Amino acid sequence: MLLHAAPSSAADPRQSGYQLMSAENKAMQDDPSLNPATFAILDGQSAWQERLGSSNQACASCHGDAAKSMQGVATRYPQLVDGKLMNLEGRINQCRAEKQKVKPLPYESKELLSLLAYISVQSKGMPIQIKATPATQPYLEAGKRHFNQRIGQLNLSCKQCHEERAGEKLAGIPIPQAHPTAYPIYRIEWQSVGSLQRRLRNCMIGVRAEPYTYGSKELTELELFLMMRANGMPLEAPGVRP
Amino acid sequence: MSKTSRTLITMPKTARKGEIIEIKAIVQHDMETGFRHTEQGKLIPRDIIRVFTCQFNGAEIFKADFFPAIGANPLLIFTVIATTSGTFQFSWAGDDGYLAINQSQISVT
Repeated sequence: MLLHAAPSSAADPRQSGYQLMSAENKAMQDDPSLNPATFAILDGQSAWQERLGSSNQACASCHGDAAKSMQGVATRYPQLVDGKLMNLEGRINQCRAEKQKVKPLPYESKELLSLLAYISVQSKGMPIQIKATPATQPYLEAGKRHFNQRIGQLNLSCKQCHEERAGEKLAGIPIPQAHPTAYPIYRIEWQSVGSLQRRLRNCMIGVRAEPYTYGSKELTELELFLMMRANGMPLEAPGVRP
Repeated sequence: MSKTSRTLITMPKTARKGEIIEIKAIVQHDMETGFRHTEQGKLIPRDIIRVFTCQFNGAEIFKADFFPAIGANPLLIFTVIATTSGTFQFSWAGDDGYLAINQSQISVT
């Protein structure tokens, strides 16, 4: 099964950042025995079974076998939940608060990333499937505005690098098209697993803009737009990136 | 206080006598170099794995010393010549009483 994204057809110019990596890094992503994110998946698998809070419920109590119940889930987020746009981290925390009656996990915490990795890997190889509905339209448009908006002291927009100059070099490194096909990723630069929002915040810091906070409306809208832009591309999660 | 974490060994379960086999060993550890500071300027103490050893049927056949520059979740890939059937024991020891042990059997014909 082809787990990484080659351009899906001659007509589809979209390409995952996977294609820009060295052979060694590609091998690291493709082989679970080499991919450091495997540990996050195993931690997530344990967390899935852990009974928590006054409810004494585990994720497994309602969702059973994640391999079945979570299949395809990661391809559909961010999405509207009770009228509120949420990414998968937000959805996990909402379940914790409402069903398990425990405190939400901090963004970028090891525990949240482990659950995120475990849930995401159940959709590995499946095409991203964000549904455009009248309800999501304003969020998609907001996300697109964020993508096109010049920001920061360097006055750059996502679009200028990741669309107009994708494939060209920045600091000697090829610029990817910025499709979120592999998140959460083990980024070798980070020496840890991280979320798409971490990467987006890093980019904002990179152009010397004040980054939006984790879980903010702006980052979630941008996430929705990026996922929609990558619709149909296969999910590689959890990926490895340099 | 003893800490531990997950490890993953990938190696063949069987081999012919004299065959070269490849062993991959990866361990879960964030590693802290001991050179970083908090935003308040306080030094974050070193917390790394210091040594990895591989024993075959009780005899040490491979050893690696790690230093503060070692990457997080280090992956070691090394080769050995299969001689007899037996048990490989892998152990990682580090700062703050860190210890992780894993084992793998091989059948050599």
